[in-house]
Order: sequence, then structure tokens, then C-alpha cells
Amino acid sequence: MNAQVKNALVAKLTALADDEVILAQRNSEWTGHGPILEEDIALANIVQDELGHATLWYGLRQALDGSDPDQLAFFRDAYEYRNCELVELPKGDWAFTMLRQFLFDLYESLWLEAAQHSTYKPLAEAVQKIVREERFHLQHTSAWVERLGLGTEESNRRLQQALDMQWGYAQQLFVPIPGEELLVAEGIVPDLSPLRERWLELATRHLQNAGLKLPINPGYQPTSRAYHTEHLWSILAEMQSTARWDAEAKVW
Amino acid sequence: MTTLPNTEQVWEALARIPDPEIPVINVVEMGIVRDVQIEGPRAIISMTPTFSGCPALHLIREQLEATARSLGFAEVEVKTVLSPPWSTDWITPEAKERLRQYGIAPPKPRAGQEGVLIQLEAAPTRCPRCGSLNTSVKNTFGPTLCKAIHVCNNCKEPFESFKTV
Repeated sequence: MNAQVKNALVAKLTALADDEVILAQRNSEWTGHGPILEEDIALANIVQDELGHATLWYGLRQALDGSDPDQLAFFRDAYEYRNCELVELPKGDWAFTMLRQFLFDLYESLWLEAAQHSTYKPLAEAVQKIVREERFHLQHTSAWVERLGLGTEESNRRLQQALDMQWGYAQQLFVPIPGEELLVAEGIVPDLSPLRERWLELATRHLQNAGLKLPINPGYQPTSRAYHTEHLWSILAEMQSTARWDAEAKVW
Repeated sequence: MTTLPNTEQVWEALARIPDPEIPVINVVEMGIVRDVQIEGPRAIISMTPTFSGCPALHLIREQLEATARSLGFAEVEVKTVLSPPWSTDWITPEAKERLRQYGIAPPKPRAGQEGVLIQLEAAPTRCPRCGSLNTSVKNTFGPTLCKAIHVCNNCKEPFESFKTV
């Protein structure tokens, strides 16, 4: 693997891991505050899975450049993170949280499905592991979208508001990172454009079946993952506080 | 000078490590330990994660290492392998029966699930207590990543099932 391809792969793995870490941190804000006990448990499970996936992505990066996953998660500043803006938006209400997780799960499932045959063996192996866990997420969150969309007038209104807010942000999931075309050419990661078409088709069908209207005006459309909303600073301050107080703190 | 155990004896020792979350089965019959290699004073153990976010993995890793050290190996390496990905099909039939007796419905055979993104439960899960198939899923996510929560409409008892992956 030449240096350019390697650098692009390091950047891509960072983006994949950062998405999972920030989304997991956001969703973990519901722990102990879920609308019902079962959902508190379910979302905590999903969070744990996403953190497991982040560990695998950072681990692949570590094998390439020797970086330490804990350092990356707990000692990088917001401007060094490469997550999409969708995952850093405040958690909002339950409809906002479930819709975001659904949009993300659908993207992730399609990406993983396409990445299973990556020419980079360590990536293909990680994907084959993750894809088995991911299907439980999409099953769960797509059911929630249906339930809220077809539920009461209020649940439908809240979900529609969430969709109007998130639809533009979600498009960033399909914006390639700088150098991504090199990885696509090598068959290391899938091309995002056909995935976006498939995502649009499946998301549109499911959202419309759930009684929602797709926004005509997509709202804010993010571009580069180097930009962030102001919310990333506060979420990182909270997430990193223990590690920055006591760098020797361990998981147990 | 003490003689170091052979590969088979290492496997036997590792098979005495219970799964931290489901203590009725051990880490070998769970299919977590994939390979044991001995090179002189060095033991190399390969393990595979069940669920990638499972918090018990840290503990399992430490216990594998401590067990090999207690057998006299000066150097122990615990390697993580991802391929082929762990499957509940690797849990031995005896361990599945012990799961059932413990109150956890064992995983079903995985056949036909490959490549399916969304799978609705094709067959109902059998109640581990009374054996009834008249059961409903209450939560596809349970107290640990590997389990779901059900209720039996026959004996009215809630129970957990091991997810099929």
C-alpha cells in the first residue's frame, strides 16, 4: 500500500470510528432517562455495540500508524474529530433520537454490506463481524420510526420535526473524505454515490410508509467533516473529562 | 525444573474459565478460544470476540492470560482474531443444553441468515422452562449484548434468549 492510500485509509477509519464514538456518547445521555425501562436497556445495548465498532475501526488504524485508540478518543480536540455533524446534534426528544439512529443505521448497514468484499483483508474481516450486530439495530430503529410516525398526532408531528431538521445533515454521510477516491479505486471501501441512491430509495419508502413527508427544502447541508457544530465542544468536554483529569484511569 | 504442560493440558485449563456473564458455560465451549500454540516457554492463545462491544472481553482476556501464567508459561500472548466471525453455531450442544437449564433459551441454528439485513423471527423461541412455543418477544435487546427478553404466554414467566448470530 503506497503512502497516499495509507493516509487516506487512516483518515477514513478515523471518520468511521469518530461517527460511532460521538453517536454513542449522545445516545448514552438517555441511560437512566429512557421513556420506558426496555428502551433504556435497548439504547444502552446499541451504544455498547457502537463503541465496540469504534474500537475495531480505531484498532485497524492503530495497525496502520501505531496510534493509540484511547488517545484518539479522549485526548483529541473537537477540530481534530472527523465525525459527521448529524451525530453531534443534541439528543432532542425520543423521536429525534430514534430518527437519527434509524438514518444512521440504514447508512451503516448499506455501507457494511458493500464493504464486506473489501480488498483490504483486515477491513473485510472487521466488517463481517460488525454486520452481524448491526442488523439488530436497524430492525429496532425502523420499527420505532413506524411506531412514532403512525402513532398519535403528537408523535407524528415530533418525528416530522426531527426529519425536517436532520434530512440535510444526514446527506453528509455520503460526502467522501479527501482522498477517498483512491480507496474506492483500490477496492478498499465502497463508492458512496450508489450507496446514497439506495439509501435514499429505502429511507424515502420507509419514512413515507410511516406517514412522513420528505422535506422539500433540505435545510443545512454540511460539506467537509473538518467542520463541526458548537455542540461537539461540549459533548467532548463531558466525554473526555475523566481521562483528562486522570490519564491513568482504567476501564475497570 | 518443572515441565510445562502440553497444548491439550492448556486447553483443559482454559476450559475451566467460566464465561463472566453466563457462568454455566466456559469460554472454550462458547467458541471464544480459537487456538493454543506453545513455543518453548511461550504460550500463544487466540481468542475471538463474541459481540465486539462486550464488556466481558477485557475480563476474559485477562483470565486467559492469568490461567496460562499459572501453568508456568513465562510469556503469554493473547491474540484477537476476527476471522471467521464468531457464530452462536460454535457453542457446543452440551453448553446449549446447560443454557436452557439455566433459563436462557439457546440460540437457533444460523442457517439462512447470511446476508439478511432485517430478519423477523421466523420461528418462535421455545420457553426454556415449560417448552411452550407460545411466547412473545418483549425486547430484542436484553441485559447483555448477546441476549433478548421474552415472555412465555403459557407459564407466564419472562425469560432470556441467546441471540442467534
